[in-house]
Amino acid sequence: MIEIRDIKKNFGTQQVLKGISATFENGKCNLIIGKSGSGKTVTLKCMVGLFEPDEGSIFYDGRNITEMNFHNRKTIRREIGMLFQGTALFDSLTVEENVRFPLDMFTDQTEEEKRERVNFCLGRVNLPNTNLKFPGELSGGMKKRVGIARAIVMNPKYLFCDEPNSGLDPKTAIVIDDLIREITIEYNITTVVNTHDMNSVMGIGDKVVFLHEGYKYWEGTKQQIMEITDGELFDFIFASDFLKDLRRHAKF
Amino acid sequence: MYKFFEQLGAYLILMRQSFSKPEKANMYWNETFRQARDIGVGSLPIIAIVSTFIGAVSAVQFAYQFRSISLVPMWWIGSIVRKGMILELAPTISALLLAGKVGSNISSELGTMRISEQIDAYEIMGVNTPAYLIGPKIAASVVVVPMLVVIAVFLGIIGGWGAGMLGNFYSNTEYFRGVTDNFDGYDVTVMLTKAVLFGFIMSSVSCYKGFTVQGGAVEIGKSSTQAVVLSSILMIIVNFFVAFFLL
Repeated sequence: MIEIRDIKKNFGTQQVLKGISATFENGKCNLIIGKSGSGKTVTLKCMVGLFEPDEGSIFYDGRNITEMNFHNRKTIRREIGMLFQGTALFDSLTVEENVRFPLDMFTDQTEEEKRERVNFCLGRVNLPNTNLKFPGELSGGMKKRVGIARAIVMNPKYLFCDEPNSGLDPKTAIVIDDLIREITIEYNITTVVNTHDMNSVMGIGDKVVFLHEGYKYWEGTKQQIMEITDGELFDFIFASDFLKDLRRHAKF
Repeated sequence: MYKFFEQLGAYLILMRQSFSKPEKANMYWNETFRQARDIGVGSLPIIAIVSTFIGAVSAVQFAYQFRSISLVPMWWIGSIVRKGMILELAPTISALLLAGKVGSNISSELGTMRISEQIDAYEIMGVNTPAYLIGPKIAASVVVVPMLVVIAVFLGIIGGWGAGMLGNFYSNTEYFRGVTDNFDGYDVTVMLTKAVLFGFIMSSVSCYKGFTVQGGAVEIGKSSTQAVVLSSILMIIVNFFVAFFLL
């Protein structure tokens, strides 16, 4: 479980996070949703340690990462897998080398063991026989799947996904969502997904945290979201007339 | 002035982080060798072409001037080309060329990695990114640039010989008498000192500019240009101080 307590973050004079507290549960897909500029990415980057929060604490199963030195923080980072919005695959490395990199850097496994693990992870994301391709030769959906394979290769306890569906067609987006959900349950990972895709919310949102202008505005499940009738969350979810009509006809 | 000291401090901190203890030594060795190959082999053709012609044009210009002063023996040209290449032309011209080619490449590579979140990906994994991405580049430059400079000296001397033969300015014997006459090993020490310092300045400044870039494609281009300009200026200034104190 990951718990964030009263996280605040400023960039210059601009206050981006104004005191956010939330818990993200084990074995569940925890979604952070909100409009662009609401503070989703900054929250996620504070959680993984890419940004230092100005105030507040972040606990990984009771371990306060904000009070840790660089060395101890590295121990937790090795329990983290992350899928980036733009995949962040290493351009100069092949798919196999990308997925294998954490094993090369942090384990003493033999070549055979590493190859087996890489092939298992690539098989798990339905990308067999792509080992020798470079990221530039892959489609957007394939890159995301390689990103997931790299994120899970070290058997992480925590998986972070920043906008996993951005730039993907709806069908491929569902494939990626399903993959994230399956992996979360299969390995009992605490997964935190940052998204503004409502399909993802309704598909994998075991727990949903809605951010608005740097505050946590709402927290609940995907079922509870459908009971919302007004306010910022309502406007966010049913942003288009099409969705509003759909909801009216569905008689939620 | 405040911004200057802020940037200087950030540069020094980054350099300290770049030489901290590696997580896994063999990964860093492999990366250092890869960088050395890229910098060395990749830069060899341009260094070879430029240094050969610099040596040749030096010989032609001195032959032109010596012809009007009949008291100066033509074998001096060999000596002047050798000394000029070792002490000034090979290290300085090579370093400036490398700043343009390798420095801009390093800066834009790291800048692109920063913008595309590849550096963040390394950090999330727990990799000490300055040590893994910057340390090997600087180490490789400090080793490879002196090697390239030595090659430049040899090719410059050969270029001077070729030009002399082509223009019939002096005989083989005259030229190589000059090249070997009164050779002082200390000149090579000065040359290697310059080459090591230039290698460090060129790579570290480019790494700093690329690693700290923020924004998008425009900022990557700007940081790449700044890396080349700043490292070239610093190398010219350091060149003066090395000459001033060591010669």
